[in-house]
Amino acid sequence: MESLDLVGVVSIATAGLTIAFGSLGPALGQGRAVSQALSAIAQQPDEANTITRTLFVGLAMIESTAIYCFVVTMILIFANPFWTFFIQQ
Amino acid sequence: MTINPDEIILFEWGWLKINATIFFTWLVMSLLTLGSHLVTRKLSRRGPPSRGQNLLEVLVQGIKDQIREVSRQEPGPYLPFVGTLFIFIAMSNVLAIVPGYIPPTSSLSTTAALAACVFIAVPVFGIAKRGILDYLKQYVQPTFFMLPFNIIGELSRTLALAVRLYGNMMSGAIIVAILLTITPLIFPVIMQALGLLTGLIQAYIFAILAMVYIASASKAQENLETRRRER
Repeated sequence: MESLDLVGVVSIATAGLTIAFGSLGPALGQGRAVSQALSAIAQQPDEANTITRTLFVGLAMIESTAIYCFVVTMILIFANPFWTFFIQQ
Repeated sequence: MTINPDEIILFEWGWLKINATIFFTWLVMSLLTLGSHLVTRKLSRRGPPSRGQNLLEVLVQGIKDQIREVSRQEPGPYLPFVGTLFIFIAMSNVLAIVPGYIPPTSSLSTTAALAACVFIAVPVFGIAKRGILDYLKQYVQPTFFMLPFNIIGELSRTLALAVRLYGNMMSGAIIVAILLTITPLIFPVIMQALGLLTGLIQAYIFAILAMVYIASASKAQENLETRRRER
């Protein structure tokens, strides 16, 4: 039972930390990307189409790092392999 | 709460188990096929086009324009593959507002299959355009030592493609489920509406990234030629 408690505590704490730090970096990056794109559109409104498309693709690339962290968090909370291993014992 | 629609068994006949992912994938496929069949059955050249024909023409023309802008090539050979990816993912994401529907894209199996299609399509288009030797040569660009990194890059971008779509769609479903337990009145509706937007953007991004990968595999040749010409 001891190791089960430990796995639960560590999993939940790590899940919180993962999503916290995992959203921190992409948020900064996305804010920077959007601000740069906005100033680029303000300078060259004719190129708005290209800039917007590149911006969306870039944002998705940046966001995927946050999504990785989210997936890891979900695995830790809902589908933790160590938890199921110790439950079965 | 389950985060994997593969584990929801809808029907079961002996050894045959139909889980939610398979069922809803086939539902989306049949909807798309049936809708396109009904529209394309009576296409008209003269006079005003019917509503359905108008919709499909706008859709196909839009996809063509996007492919042309992204790849700077004629969209002809790429249109069926990239267009199918976009329409299938967009449809399966947008249908998420129908109650009881589970988007097949919120299962890692579906997105991994789609990403595997892209993984195979990239060398197929590349070899068809440039020939096998010329295609393989790009793996040892700029030097031979980059070979492992090029291969790792190829694999990791396929993984990223699969996990990005899966994570976005799964997170939409999870967030709505969590909000239903906390603030069940209005907020889930807002998140659901936001989910529609994310779903469409993800479909667009998946198709565009597939196109970018294919274009990068089949275009390097032209760059070399133009460089030679400039010399």
